[in-house]
Amino acid sequence: MRYTAKKIGMLLLTMLLVSVFTFFAFSLLSGDAAERMLGTQATPERLEALRVQLGLNLPLPQRYLNWLGAFLRGDMGLSYQYKLPVSTLIVQRLGPTLSLTAMAFLLIVLVSVPVGVTTAKYAGGRLDRIVTVFNQLLMSVPPLFTGILFTYVFGLLLRLFVTGAFPTWRDGIGQYLGYLFFPALSIALPRIAMTVRLLRGCILEEAQRDYVRTSMSRGRSRGDILYRHVLKNTLVPLITFLALTVADLVAGSVIIEQVFSVPGVGRLLLSSISNRDTPVVQALVVILAFWVVVCNLAGDLISRRIDPRLGHGAGGQT
Amino acid sequence: MKKKNLFLTVGLFLTALMILLILVGYLWTPYSPMAMDATALGQRPSLVHLMGTDKFGRDIFSRVLKGAGATFFVAFGTVLIGTLVGTLVGALTGYFGGWVDEVLMRLNDALSAFPSFLLALVLISVLGPGRYHLMLALGIVFIPSYARIVRSEFARARSQNYVKSAQLMGASVPRILFVHILPNIWQVLLSAITIGFNNAVLSEAAMSYLNIGVSPDDASLGYMLSDSQTYLASAPWYAMCTGLMIVLLILGVGLIGEGLQRRQL
Repeated sequence: MRYTAKKIGMLLLTMLLVSVFTFFAFSLLSGDAAERMLGTQATPERLEALRVQLGLNLPLPQRYLNWLGAFLRGDMGLSYQYKLPVSTLIVQRLGPTLSLTAMAFLLIVLVSVPVGVTTAKYAGGRLDRIVTVFNQLLMSVPPLFTGILFTYVFGLLLRLFVTGAFPTWRDGIGQYLGYLFFPALSIALPRIAMTVRLLRGCILEEAQRDYVRTSMSRGRSRGDILYRHVLKNTLVPLITFLALTVADLVAGSVIIEQVFSVPGVGRLLLSSISNRDTPVVQALVVILAFWVVVCNLAGDLISRRIDPRLGHGAGGQT
Repeated sequence: MKKKNLFLTVGLFLTALMILLILVGYLWTPYSPMAMDATALGQRPSLVHLMGTDKFGRDIFSRVLKGAGATFFVAFGTVLIGTLVGTLVGALTGYFGGWVDEVLMRLNDALSAFPSFLLALVLISVLGPGRYHLMLALGIVFIPSYARIVRSEFARARSQNYVKSAQLMGASVPRILFVHILPNIWQVLLSAITIGFNNAVLSEAAMSYLNIGVSPDDASLGYMLSDSQTYLASAPWYAMCTGLMIVLLILGVGLIGEGLQRRQL
């Protein structure tokens, strides 16, 4: 329990740092929002009135505290560009991004675990060597190029989806998920390669342990030892890595949404950055960072649950 | 004699080839990358134009050479900033420890909690586009990971006998840090550099693809990729050749990294 409390304290501290950093960085860079909203023709009185209304006349630290207070109450302010509440905007765009991320994660787990286990089982064999080379190749292809390749092959040549025409839920769930499959696969591929490599390495390392040799000498089959003992012991590094992956997929999603014109959170973030829509950017950056931190924490806590040794300082303090 | 390390050999060969191409690109390109030829619009790859031409009749091979140069330049600068500052910070904190170490490492933790791509995005939007700004933004983002790796190596070296004997002989601190310890950890550092270089290439490509990286004047590979997507239906070779160049660049350095790691085992 003490560990959990300490970790959550660290998390809050991190989030505080992140929010201070983003708030000040963007407040400094964004210039005068009132002037941009009203145009250069606006009278000084109207500009001043809007500044007061937006709270831009206050000193920066004061503005930060106001913003933080409102943010914690769920009020993320008003978008300069859309004149809508930021929370509404984000909720609207959340669906595609979440579906995309979830699908990519599912692909990673479903593909890399069986492949990783199989290559480790037949380590040194022909299949293992082919997969190793293939992995190295997959890790070298940037997701955005994979996305463009997929667009060309599956969108333009095979016509499996219409490029740039993102279907909504109403067009049918099959079509919706079918469109998202390709961006999801693009960000999943390099991660699949990394996960296979990690899992293979962990299993091979674990197979060197004494208990494996003892079990072998007792005449148990290799498969039995692999599935009943070795795999359990590779769960902790695997889960830690997968937690990092979930966090990273969000960043990957920002780019791939642009490649496939998916109207998700990533596109909102980019358009808000180029339009200097400070309230949206601040809220999104803080939320995305929160997501990453929470993923890491969840990975940590699950690992401790699985392997109680980690809690007693035996497995090394993390 | 060591066992033949195919990863290292192929990686070195590929990287040497890419660097050669980039160097050639700096000095000479078959056509001017900016010259528009109205008689050769959107041509397929041929012997006259190795990678074809784009919609304005610009030779894609020349543009790819220049673009790879721009990408390499940014990645190189990023790694340089990250390695130099990261090594310095890591060496000092790892060797001395104490409260400075504690504070810096907590700060490091907070920074790494921030997804690196997001941090680079925030920094670049504060600094504004341009190759030097991109380099600086990515370099800053990469400092923590180098510092962490170097720190743990220096912390381990601190208690080893060769360092202790150097201390007893009265060697100065900078000498112990950089003449005695650094050569002993260069292999670890080198693997980190190969990984960092590839991350830098990927980040540069992503940033420029999103049109917030380099300016259009020095069109890097990422910028060209975003440009080529517009003409994907009419000139697919444009995107393919550009993408392939990125893949080869990353693959070569990645293989070197993999080879180095295997050699350590």
